[in-house]
Amino acid sequence: MDIKVNVRQAPSDCYVVDLSGEIDVYTSPKVKDAIGELIDRGVYNLVINLEKVRYIDSTGLGVLIGCLKRVREHGGSVNLVCSNPQIRKIFDITGLVKIFGIFDAEDAAMKALA
Amino acid sequence: MNDPVANTAPELVELRIPARAEWVALARLAVATVANRLNFSIEEIEDVKLAVAEACAAVIQHEGHGEFIVLSCDTRDGALQVRVYDAGRHGLPAQERSLNFDEARIAGLGIFLIRTLMDEVSYDVHPQLGTELQMLKRSLDRPV
Repeated sequence: MDIKVNVRQAPSDCYVVDLSGEIDVYTSPKVKDAIGELIDRGVYNLVINLEKVRYIDSTGLGVLIGCLKRVREHGGSVNLVCSNPQIRKIFDITGLVKIFGIFDAEDAAMKALA
Repeated sequence: MNDPVANTAPELVELRIPARAEWVALARLAVATVANRLNFSIEEIEDVKLAVAEACAAVIQHEGHGEFIVLSCDTRDGALQVRVYDAGRHGLPAQERSLNFDEARIAGLGIFLIRTLMDEVSYDVHPQLGTELQMLKRSLDRPV
């Protein structure tokens, strides 16, 4: 079990973080560090693509919330790409759909940041 | 081998793992296998997996937790009862719903998820023996 993190710059000047695997109490520090490095470099508009994430728990949610908090302090935002109903359900029942922009497609998530 | 567990047949599955983050995935896998044996739906299996993982994570994230986590799955009567035990002397965080950035509320997401995803949840804190969280999940397709 592992998590893969890939960071790429999109043409629209925002950054996309592709996550692949399972985000849990063991792997979430790796996600936190990767996104944290990006924010430290001054990237405050992020799309986090969860399309290849098979599982997320509260520690993973905590990492995403922490990232959102940090970028908002700089006027930025985080949009999520997630069409997996099992993952989406976690955001629904925790009420996090109200604080994250959650999109089915990456294009829409990037467009909403612009 | 692939027959579901009969409604009346009690079966007990136990797993003992080190109370460290890298072992939580094994607890998830084990409880998913047991839930699958009960013919739980995919969504119900995911619910149980997440609840068990949250319970394990709650143990690991508390100071003073035990060295091991013991996971016990009782498949009695077609329902799945899961106990998560460790020898630490701590309780679980109060039920909280995180709608803001307060770190304490974020920490309460785990127990909130457990209570939301499972049908019955309770826990006992024994001063000398440790802490045990009990959770029950019934399958909608197999009312008991």
